[in-house]
Amino acid sequence: MQPLLNSLPETVFTTKVDELLNWGRASSQWYMLFGLACCAIELMQTGGPRADLDRFGCVPRATPRQSDLMIVAGTLTYKMAKRTKLLYDQMPDPKYVISMGSCSNCGGLFQVAYSVCKGVDKIIPVDVYVPGCPPRPEALTEGLLRIQDKMMRERWLVKDPAREERAGT
Amino acid sequence: MQVQEIYNKLEKQFPGKVGLFRGDIFDPCLNVDAGAIVEVCRYLRDDPETSFEVLSDLTAVDWTKKDDEKIQVVYHLFSYGKRHQIVLKVDLPREAPRIATVEGVWKAANWFEREVFDLFGVDFVGHSDLRRIMLPEDWIGHPLRKDYVEQEEYDGISTQRAPLVEKLLK
Repeated sequence: MQPLLNSLPETVFTTKVDELLNWGRASSQWYMLFGLACCAIELMQTGGPRADLDRFGCVPRATPRQSDLMIVAGTLTYKMAKRTKLLYDQMPDPKYVISMGSCSNCGGLFQVAYSVCKGVDKIIPVDVYVPGCPPRPEALTEGLLRIQDKMMRERWLVKDPAREERAGT
Repeated sequence: MQVQEIYNKLEKQFPGKVGLFRGDIFDPCLNVDAGAIVEVCRYLRDDPETSFEVLSDLTAVDWTKKDDEKIQVVYHLFSYGKRHQIVLKVDLPREAPRIATVEGVWKAANWFEREVFDLFGVDFVGHSDLRRIMLPEDWIGHPLRKDYVEQEEYDGISTQRAPLVEKLLK
């Protein structure tokens, strides 16, 4: 290997396939516009110029078919839960979910109500929970960085059986 | 027109069908007999002196006080022309509450009555389209009734809360 490496010009890099794929994915998380309630206002703030999600390569997409990340922002009702599951199923793999705020974490302030789903993790797998009511843009950015960490640990050539099992594939 | 005058007018027009007038509160109200609601409403709308053109709200209350159990349907009427308002209340039995629809008087009653049916289970006889308006079609029960029992799950989604919350609710 060493003679080969030394023969390449300095502009050529070598890396592992997994590292390259993960680096690419982590640097371009396209998130789906999925504001359900007041957390959506903070989601917009996070996408705005001050917190600026764009600098991590995050772009809002208006369709699940182009999204890598679903940020569930707001109170999830049972009526919406069905649609949320459908949207999640329409997203291409690999996909990630951030549960943003108390309401989507556990139902939050409204969990005693008859119509509110007691947490989005009852219907779809969640990767990162962001606490707060609503979380500040800094908190959501932190959640996004945790997703990036998670993405960087993924293995694609040799898959991790534990993750496969959790995703139910 | 003063609410007291409206009440006197109604009492003259429908003897024995209206009662329990309260004029000293913020929203003056009176009780109407369940069987007379449509004619009272139509009279209030069509009489040039009252001319209540608008049904601004139609809702219900579930009273579970002992010896006074009832579902009370509440009609808020308003007149843009005369700038006056009045509240009509109708008491219905908690088991099988039924009342005639006022959809023929004010079209706005259609959705209001669907909402009251959805959340209280009041049967509006003669309604053109009495379906649930907010909850899903396959929902069981009427959640704003005091005797509503939450199902174990809805559509395969558990309604279980965190253990601490469940404990606090008991």
